[in-house]
Amino acid sequence: MSNAESAFPKIVTAGADAILVYLGEGIDPEVNDRIMALTNRVSSALGNNLYDLVPSYNSLMIYYNVLSLSEDELRECVRKLIDELQQDGDASGASKQSALHTIDVYYDPSVGPDLERAAEQTSLSIDGIIKMHTEQEYRVYAMGFAPGFAYLGELPEKLRLPRLDNPRTKIPAGSVAIAEAQTAVYPSVSPGGWNIIGRTAETLYDPQADNISPMKVGDRVQFKAVSKDEFEQAGGSLESLS
Amino acid sequence: MIKILDAGMRATVQDFGRFGYLSKGLTRGGPVDEHAFLWANRLLGNSFNAAQLEITLGGLEVEFQQDGCFALTGADAEAHLDDEPLTLWQNFEVKAGQRLKVGYARAGLRLYLAVQGGFQVEPKWHSCATVERDSVGGLSGDGSPLQSGDTLSFHCDTPQPSRRVSWAYRSDYTKTPVLGLIPGYQYDDFPMSVREAFCYEDFEVSKDSNRMGIRLAGKALKTPRQGLVSEGINIGSVQVPSDGQPIIMMHDRQTLGGYPKLGVINPVDLGKLAQLQPGQKVRFSRVEASVAQQQLRRFYQFFNVRLPCQGGDNLRS
Repeated sequence: MSNAESAFPKIVTAGADAILVYLGEGIDPEVNDRIMALTNRVSSALGNNLYDLVPSYNSLMIYYNVLSLSEDELRECVRKLIDELQQDGDASGASKQSALHTIDVYYDPSVGPDLERAAEQTSLSIDGIIKMHTEQEYRVYAMGFAPGFAYLGELPEKLRLPRLDNPRTKIPAGSVAIAEAQTAVYPSVSPGGWNIIGRTAETLYDPQADNISPMKVGDRVQFKAVSKDEFEQAGGSLESLS
Repeated sequence: MIKILDAGMRATVQDFGRFGYLSKGLTRGGPVDEHAFLWANRLLGNSFNAAQLEITLGGLEVEFQQDGCFALTGADAEAHLDDEPLTLWQNFEVKAGQRLKVGYARAGLRLYLAVQGGFQVEPKWHSCATVERDSVGGLSGDGSPLQSGDTLSFHCDTPQPSRRVSWAYRSDYTKTPVLGLIPGYQYDDFPMSVREAFCYEDFEVSKDSNRMGIRLAGKALKTPRQGLVSEGINIGSVQVPSDGQPIIMMHDRQTLGGYPKLGVINPVDLGKLAQLQPGQKVRFSRVEASVAQQQLRRFYQFFNVRLPCQGGDNLRS
């Protein structure tokens, strides 16, 4: 890699006890692979000096213990790890071994209040939207916003819609939504501004369980359309938005 | 044990926070005024992480059902043990049957009630910090605040010598604080005029503030071009959404976000912000990261804070 094009890696200060490392721009599976590879390396090399690590699309947030590490030391160490990563041939196929989660979705205007409008705006039929949304695998690019919330991408161009002008104050748990190049499931009741096209009966965040969430960055997700009966048998609720 | 007779406006159980779960979307929680919280534990010889009650605005009344020792720090409010008026920032012995009544804050917004030994609350994911938006923590484990009738147990060991915090270490919550801004994140992408304006204009705390974020109102700040994909948000981050009114992210913040950020408030100053009542003013001044880091180191050393680090196992999974 020549110096002329090396805007990345870019490291910025993110407070008195954190730095943010960018390895690229925008939404790019290769960049996200490198972020995950770097996350693992940073975790094993520096684990005892860190108190949290948050990978996202193209960045890795590193929260460190100021009592055991200085920002300069951390930056130097991270740069070294990035160099090693590049020498070792980058991501070493992180996404190939990643888990695949299948999520059953009941796509219907009764639980997907934006489904009909989405059909109009995309000039697709409702079936066309369902087909397009279920046809491909998505990648978990980031986990966050709320517990168990997985940012999935990328949606086919045809399905990309802007966020709502006025976010809803209350969205039922399990709502499946799309916005721009992203799709996601709202794991718990929350406010939100994405377009809701269906609902899943699956639990993606259970505060009483041991495991916070079945998904992690780098995993793959595929949606599967199910009937109303199947949805209800799986424990799905038809309760409407309030 | 103590029994909550009246939970007041809002009272929650908080320890120092839930560390190591940000990558699953679970936020830290913990006391928004760490300074007042850590003093209360220090007055009682507790671990920095011992669970306390965070009392918003006041109005709390509790009955002690065993002997013990307690301390009340934070916002300036009247407090009585039975009929005796109490001074804040001091430890007191208490006998079973006595009632502690906390009035409403005259200056500041939040008080911290600590008992010697700390409140014994079942932790979830290594912490009992109450985070309502994550439905986790607190006495019932589901993130809900305390209610009248709730009881919390604690183990009191040896009585403590009487201690108080000297005036020099207390904050005057009536003053307009000047908070350090550690430039960071997209700081360099903001126009020079905005970077300067942020550090000489006054901002007013909006009433739409809470444990997730403190919203400020002032002259609108111009934001750099949009199009940021979501990235990690530290506590104290100064987000500037498109309306130009900054939001400072607090302990219950979302873990990721896509708004441009000017930097992060110096963590040792953040408690002063958490104590501002709506309508109060606040000012900012640039601080070098290295200076803030040195201050944070001293702060943690003074209060014996040991951050839970998880070793090399990709932190907590």
